[in-house]
Amino acid sequence: MSANLYGDTTSSPNKDHIISVIVRDEPRVLTRITSMFARRGFNIKSLSVGTTENPGVSRMTIVVGGDDNILQQAIRQLEKLIDVIKVLDHREEKFVDRELVLVKVSITPETRVEVRHIAEDFRARIVDVGRYALMFEVTGDEGKITAFIEQMRPFGIIETMRTGRVALSRGSNADIPAQVYTENGSKSLEPVLGDVEI
Amino acid sequence: MNGAQALWQTLINHNITTVFGYPGGAVIPLYDALTGFPEMRHILVRHEQGASHAAEGWAKATGEVGVCIATSGPGATNLVTGLTDAMMDSVPIVAITGNVPRALIGTDAFQEADITGITMPITKHNYLVRSANDLPRVLAEAIRLARSGRPGPVLVDVPKDVQLELFTGELTAPHARPELPAPAEPAIQKAIEVLKKAQRPILMVGGGAMDASKEIIEFARAWNLPVITTLMGLGIFPAGDPLWLGMPGMHGSVAANRAITNADVLIGVGLRFDDRVTGKVSRFAKNATIIHVDIDAAEISKLVHAHIPVRGDAGKAARYFSEHATYLENKEWHDKLQEWKERYVRHPVWSAGYAIKKIVDQLTEDDILSTDVGQHQMLAAQLARFQKPRRWLTSGGLGTMGFGFPAAIGSALADPGVRSVVIAGDGGFQMTAQELSTLIKYRIPVKIAVINNSFLGMVRQWQELFHENRYSEVYLGDSNPDFIKLADAYGIHAVRATNGEEMDSAIEAWLNHDGPSLLEAVVPNEHGVFPMVPAGASLEEMVETHEEAKQKQ
Ligand SMILES: Cc1ncc(C[n+]2csc(CCOP(=O)(O)OP(=O)(O)O)c2C)c(N)n1
Repeated sequence: MSANLYGDTTSSPNKDHIISVIVRDEPRVLTRITSMFARRGFNIKSLSVGTTENPGVSRMTIVVGGDDNILQQAIRQLEKLIDVIKVLDHREEKFVDRELVLVKVSITPETRVEVRHIAEDFRARIVDVGRYALMFEVTGDEGKITAFIEQMRPFGIIETMRTGRVALSRGSNADIPAQVYTENGSKSLEPVLGDVEI
Repeated sequence: MNGAQALWQTLINHNITTVFGYPGGAVIPLYDALTGFPEMRHILVRHEQGASHAAEGWAKATGEVGVCIATSGPGATNLVTGLTDAMMDSVPIVAITGNVPRALIGTDAFQEADITGITMPITKHNYLVRSANDLPRVLAEAIRLARSGRPGPVLVDVPKDVQLELFTGELTAPHARPELPAPAEPAIQKAIEVLKKAQRPILMVGGGAMDASKEIIEFARAWNLPVITTLMGLGIFPAGDPLWLGMPGMHGSVAANRAITNADVLIGVGLRFDDRVTGKVSRFAKNATIIHVDIDAAEISKLVHAHIPVRGDAGKAARYFSEHATYLENKEWHDKLQEWKERYVRHPVWSAGYAIKKIVDQLTEDDILSTDVGQHQMLAAQLARFQKPRRWLTSGGLGTMGFGFPAAIGSALADPGVRSVVIAGDGGFQMTAQELSTLIKYRIPVKIAVINNSFLGMVRQWQELFHENRYSEVYLGDSNPDFIKLADAYGIHAVRATNGEEMDSAIEAWLNHDGPSLLEAVVPNEHGVFPMVPAGASLEEMVETHEEAKQKQ
């Protein structure tokens, strides 16, 4: 049992949920979205944003921490934002998620080879070579990245930088059918208002 | 035509011909252009907060968009309270603010404020317009957004040079009012099945059903459902109807709160289960299957789990229920409710409650009553008997002191045919009392009642009940103005009543005065508002008297 935002107990456990938010690519959109999370006390565990194949449309992958009530509220509150075209709850379908991380590991003449071997096992790429450190690039799901970091920890991790997770649902369908972009209605992408900042 | 002219013309094309505003450097071009639009009525308020509440008053009374205007920086930030209030109570207003010229944005220029940043969490949406040609389109969209779906405030920020820029675009025609979504049939069918079997059903109606009054009345009568109206929903169901149980929540009626606790089915329509309504959420309507009808999906199961969620327009849903009605006799339940209805507080002859009862008894069903926030607000909500929707203007969600008086100005201008009365406390009235200037400038016949108990009464009540009478910083009696002289200073007729006997004649002189007038009721300060559900307690723990409240401590 855990207490939700409103002091009521619920039986759904706290865990991380991954959602995709398709938004109009306008100034302040990121602020609107993050400020909604902040104001309502929802926890963003990770957030990645990028443009899409459709001009004027960006896509965010957000990992939300909390129980099912919080996730549901977050989704519904997102759907109310004018800039949000669609929210995809990845609980509903199979998806692929990936994260990229850069890891700088300390090496000595004695550990150099061992570190390289472990990296090969993880298919981590070396992106920088120094006398006292190697920098690796690893992509993968959360488990793989965590395992890699744990393996490297004994050698001395100098620093890491993770991009946050990105996700796409599996299959040949697009998450957002093309006609969504042209349909009339408040959620559609009207021709972008000159250079109005929304 | 320049941007400023295009802005005025767009408002006029949308049938918006009254705006509340206050000029300043960043909107001088707007005010300059205004001289060319004699059909536009601009009401000069004395503080931008007044403009925002007046726009709210307009919108709450009519259901149409209210518009307020302010200059950049301090003018714009003065709108913040009104915008937040409108957001909380779903009031459709559009705020137009000036901003520094485009080239100066982001430089900390004189009177620059990032008003779109500031108002992001307190508006449905906001815009910073960067070209004159976009103005009509943005305004049209803002107006549409303000009143579509769940209504709310929208802000349009217009840099000064955009107002002056040559407009070469086309003026847009108003958007059609968007059709509201009908609820899905399976959901509502399920609700009907559950309702048919109910032994102790209640219908609870909030401000979201304001435009569905007719359908709600039919629904309740067809099914013989007892009706509770929230603070925001007062008037949607006629108070004179035997099915009406009053208001729920912290200062709700005994009948309403007991009905909620004992109900086996609760249908909530157009409400959001505010904590002032539910009390302790986990014990709210704990015996009931909850059916929640709302247009805003985010409200469903936000606070109270809805066993049967019905997303859609209140009016359409209510009509569907009426069309599939089963008259539920439930005699035992109705008898019980009737018995609880007999339990209401009787106010001693000279008290705020007595004064307010005398006032509300004089109101016709067409009069609009606004209130400020505090004890007088809760007393008015308990005592007034609204027969129609949009006759009651109060700040529910935000509880904004200073709201009542400017809101009454807005409603009085919206419909000069109805009488606008405001009941305010001595504390809250002083928060926007400068609008007495506005009243006199345009001779707006608002009737103001100041219930002077020499205290920030509601805070005093809490200090009394929960902080062992430590009256910290709530006494006003040593420094209140002479309210009669204050009104007089503005040229406004005023009368005073200091006891029960004076009240009748004072009210008569006050209400019958031709034009704006003020009534000061000087009342004792020791009375609290009851019944009361202490903060954090459940509705079952409602207390009916001061003594009972102290005992529970
Ligand atoms: C802007 C604002 N500030 C503070 C409060 C907190 N508050 C709620 S009720 C109240 C007392 C109101 O006193 P008064 O206007 O004299 O009305 P009364 O309760 O005496 O009827 C206060 C200070 C508020 N609601 N709004």
